[in-house]
Amino acid sequence: MTNDDRLSRRGLFMMIGILCNGLVAAVLAVPIVRYLMAPITRGRANGYLGWVSLGPVGQFPEGETRLATFRNPYVMPADGKTADTACWVRRVEGEKFQVFAVNCMHLGCPVRWFPQSGLFLCPCHGGVYYRDGSRAAGPPERGLVEYPCKIENGVVTIEAGELPTPGSTVALAGKRPTCV
Amino acid sequence: MRLISRIGEWFDRRLQIAAPIRDMAEHRVPQSTASWWYVFGSAALVVFLLQVVTGILLALIYVPSAGEAWNTLQALNHDVALGWFIRALHGWGSNFMVAIVLIHMTQVFLFGAFKFPRELTWIVGVFLLLMTLGMAFSGQVLRFDQDAYWGLGIGASMVSRVPFAGPAIVRLMLGGPIIGGATLSRFFALHVFVIPGLLIGFVSLHLLMVLKLGINEWPMPGRIVRRASYVSEYHALTQREGAPFVPYAVWKDLLFASFVLLAVMGCALYFGPFGPSGQPDPTIIRTVPKPDYFFLWLYALLSLLSPSLETPVLLIGPVVVILGLLLLPFLSGEGEKSWKRRPIAVLTVLLLAIALGNFTHLAQYAPWSPQMDAWSAATLPLPMLKRATALERQGALVFQGKQCRNCHSLAGSGGQRGPALDSVALRLTQDQLIRQVIQGGGNMPAYGKNLSPPETTALVAFMETLHPAGQPPARDAAREVVTRQP
Repeated sequence: MTNDDRLSRRGLFMMIGILCNGLVAAVLAVPIVRYLMAPITRGRANGYLGWVSLGPVGQFPEGETRLATFRNPYVMPADGKTADTACWVRRVEGEKFQVFAVNCMHLGCPVRWFPQSGLFLCPCHGGVYYRDGSRAAGPPERGLVEYPCKIENGVVTIEAGELPTPGSTVALAGKRPTCV
Repeated sequence: MRLISRIGEWFDRRLQIAAPIRDMAEHRVPQSTASWWYVFGSAALVVFLLQVVTGILLALIYVPSAGEAWNTLQALNHDVALGWFIRALHGWGSNFMVAIVLIHMTQVFLFGAFKFPRELTWIVGVFLLLMTLGMAFSGQVLRFDQDAYWGLGIGASMVSRVPFAGPAIVRLMLGGPIIGGATLSRFFALHVFVIPGLLIGFVSLHLLMVLKLGINEWPMPGRIVRRASYVSEYHALTQREGAPFVPYAVWKDLLFASFVLLAVMGCALYFGPFGPSGQPDPTIIRTVPKPDYFFLWLYALLSLLSPSLETPVLLIGPVVVILGLLLLPFLSGEGEKSWKRRPIAVLTVLLLAIALGNFTHLAQYAPWSPQMDAWSAATLPLPMLKRATALERQGALVFQGKQCRNCHSLAGSGGQRGPALDSVALRLTQDQLIRQVIQGGGNMPAYGKNLSPPETTALVAFMETLHPAGQPPARDAAREVVTRQP
C-alpha cells in the first residue's frame, strides 16, 4: 500500500479475496458442525430411546433379582458386542418389577448383586445399594438408575438406549417407572 | 566420494538447506548445558518417533471397529510374526514417553528455564504434556478390552457431571448414546490423526524456539534474570564460553536416546505387550476395571475424596492445574533460576512427587475396593472357631454368608473397605455391635432388613469373640447397674 489511509486497488482485491474465503469457510462450517453435533441433536429428539424386551415374566422368579441382557435399540454397524447391555431385573411380586442399570452412579463401573446380603456392590470404589436400588453406602450420591418398564403380553419391556451416567439423572428423573 | 558430494551439491543447489542445517547444528550453546541433565527433551522426541513408527506398523493389522478391534489385537499377539513385540514396543514406548516428558518438565521447572524469554516455550510444552497424556488415554481406549470399555464408562461418568452441558458432552465423546463402534472410531481418529498432527506441529514450534532463543544456561545461584538485560547477557555468555551444539553437546543426547530405546526394547522383550484383557462385552459384568499406570493416581484420588468434594475437584481441579502451569512463567518470569535459591519450587516438586507416588502405590492394591470374592474365597482361620459355642459358629457362618468379609478383613484377609474386625469386640459393646449391624452408618449399609433376629444374635455373638487373648471385650458399665438384681 502506498498510502496508509487509502486502500490501493490491489489491496482491495486482496481484501475481497479474503472475504470470499471467509464466506465460503462460514458456509462450509455449517454442514461440518452439524455433522459433528449429530450425536447431540439426534439424542435431543429422543432418537436413541426405544422399548426392548427382557423376556417373559415367568423367567424371573418372584422376590429375586436376576441379570438380563438386551440389544440396544440404536445400533451402528461396527458396534459388535458393545451394543449388548446388561441390567438387573428385580421381580418384587406378581407383575411388580424394578429394572436397574448395572452402572454404578459414582463412576459407572458395573455393580454386582449379592442375594445373600441383599446388596449391590460396586468393585471399583465400594458403592453399595439396597435391593430396591437406593443408595446404601460408599461414594455414590444417589441410587441406581431405574429403567421405565412395563409388562406387555407377559413380557418384561423397558425403555432403554442410552448409557446411564450420574449427570444424566436429571433427564431421567421425570420418567416414572410404570410396572411398580 | 566425489560422486556422492556431487550428488549432494546437485540436491542442495535446488533445496538450499545444507547451510541452514549446518548453522542449526553448530549454533553455540553455553558449555554448561552439555550436561546429562539436558538430555530428556531430545529423548522424548526420539521416543515419540518410535511411537510414530510402531503406531504405523500396528495400523497395518489393527481394525478400529468395536466388533473387530479385540480380535485383531489377539491376532497381533498370537498370529502375526512379532506382532506381540511391536505392540509391546508401542505400549512401553507410551509409558516411557509419559515418564520422560514428566522428568523433562520437572528439570525445566527446577532449572528455571520457563523464565524470560522462554515463557512461550514452556506454554507450548504444557500443551505437549496434555497431548502426551491424551495420547496415553486414547491409546488405552484403542486397546479395546474390558478395561478400555469400562474406562470409557468412567470417563463418561466424570464428564457427565459438567453442569448443564454434561449429557451433551457425553454424547459427543461417545459419538452416540452408548460406548460402541462410533466411540472407538472417534478415539482412533484422535489417536492417529488429530493429536499426532498437533503434536508434530507443537514439537516443531517448541524446537524452533529452543533454537531461536538458545538453550537455557545452567542456573547459577545469584545470577538474576532481568527482562532488560537477560538477552545480551545470554549472548555474551555463549560468545565467551559457548561451544557448537554439534558435536560438543549432542553426543550425550545421542547416547541417552539409544539407551532409552534399548530400555524400551528390553521392557517390551521381558514384560511383553499390555493385554488385551477380557472381551469388551458389556454383558460380562464380573470385571474390576483399573486404569493404566499413569492414571492410577487419579483412581486413588477419586476414591479418597469425600463425595461432596468429588465433582468440584473433578471439574475445577484440572482447570486450576492447567491454568497454574500456563500462568507460571508470567507469575515468576524474572529472578532467580537456581533451585538452590527457590525452596518453594523444590518443595512443590517434592510434594507433587510424593503425593503422586503415594496415590499410585495405594491404587495398586486399592484398599477402598471391596474384595468381591472374599466371602467365599477367604476362609476363617480355624483357631478363631476353637472352643466357640454353637451360636458363635452360626454367627461365623452369617459373617461369611452375608459378605461381611468383602469389606472387613479378619486375620489379614478380606476387603479393606471397612475396618479390620480382628479386635472389634474391644471397640464396641454388644449393644453397639447390634446397632451398627442393623442400622449401619459410617459408610456401612444397614443390614436390618437382610438379617433375621436370630441371625443378628448369632452374628453379634461371633463378633464378641473377636478380641486378642487376655484382653476382655468392651462392656457397658451402666448395663450391669441397670440389670443388677436388687
